[in-house]
Amino acid sequence: MSPDAAGHASAHGGAAHHPALAHHFDNLAQQSEAATLGMWVFLVTEVLFFGGLFATYAVYRHAYPAAFAAASHELDITLGSINTVVLITSSLTMALGVHAAQTGERKLLMAFLAATMILGAAFLGIKSVEYYHKFVEHHVPGPAFQFEKEHIRHAQIFFSLYFIMTGLHALHMVIGLGIMLVMFWLAWRGTITPEYYSPIEVSGLYWHFVDIVWIFLFPLLYLIGRHGTT
Amino acid sequence: MADHIVPTRVYYTIFAILMLCTLLTVLIAFADLGVFNIVAALTIAVFKAVLVVLYFMHVRYGTRLTWAVVVGSVFWLGILLVLTMGDYLTRAWRTYG
Repeated sequence: MSPDAAGHASAHGGAAHHPALAHHFDNLAQQSEAATLGMWVFLVTEVLFFGGLFATYAVYRHAYPAAFAAASHELDITLGSINTVVLITSSLTMALGVHAAQTGERKLLMAFLAATMILGAAFLGIKSVEYYHKFVEHHVPGPAFQFEKEHIRHAQIFFSLYFIMTGLHALHMVIGLGIMLVMFWLAWRGTITPEYYSPIEVSGLYWHFVDIVWIFLFPLLYLIGRHGTT
Repeated sequence: MADHIVPTRVYYTIFAILMLCTLLTVLIAFADLGVFNIVAALTIAVFKAVLVVLYFMHVRYGTRLTWAVVVGSVFWLGILLVLTMGDYLTRAWRTYG
């Protein structure tokens, strides 16, 4: 037991406990379940946060299917597919990271956290290349927007949704990278043990959620009406 | 903590299925299935999301309370999408300009 826990124990009248156990919980298992539940409740709010944008997308795609298909064709399906593979792989490395935390393999946990971060950064890098292409091709909504005359008004709606939805998603990725950095630091410090790995588990839930959002964004934005095209 | 430790081969298997589904969704996009293109795309996406939720996010091995919260989110999202689209899809008097 660390000196802190022993000194802290005397404040309890002699009952020492794991340093990570907060006083309003009976034991680490209950604390861990509460943390997991808390993150899930937050993710439910995120489902509705993104859900509002998906509902908007549904309404406008239903209204202007031809314009949405034409606009969707302007997105790079190769880069989008690569990004999908990158994110799903990052979810794998994250899950393997949680596993390493559960088995007390500290160096392996750090390796998987690093891999997750590298893949997340790769996703953001590819995304910024795509955004650059959109800028150069005048597909950014605003005064400089250019598109075939027949669909120009409604294609702008598609691209507005594209930038807002992928932009919000990218913001979540950036936040996720920050969280993973903190997790990496916690792992490095030795705070994460088989008894206490709840921060890794809960960060993993956040990361997987961001992956799930992209799993829906990819087909809805990139794969509209691709049949009959090369 | 008495959490169930999922064997890594489960994670690798789920990953392989997710990769296959990604390939499938891209390939199907290039086939002309008419209105079923969107049905197929969303079905595959939902299937992938369910796999991530159950196995990567450990809901399959978690508490019933967690499961109820997840189902609740799907239900609320369903209300949002169904009632919103129900409104727009039944506006026979209005055409989009």
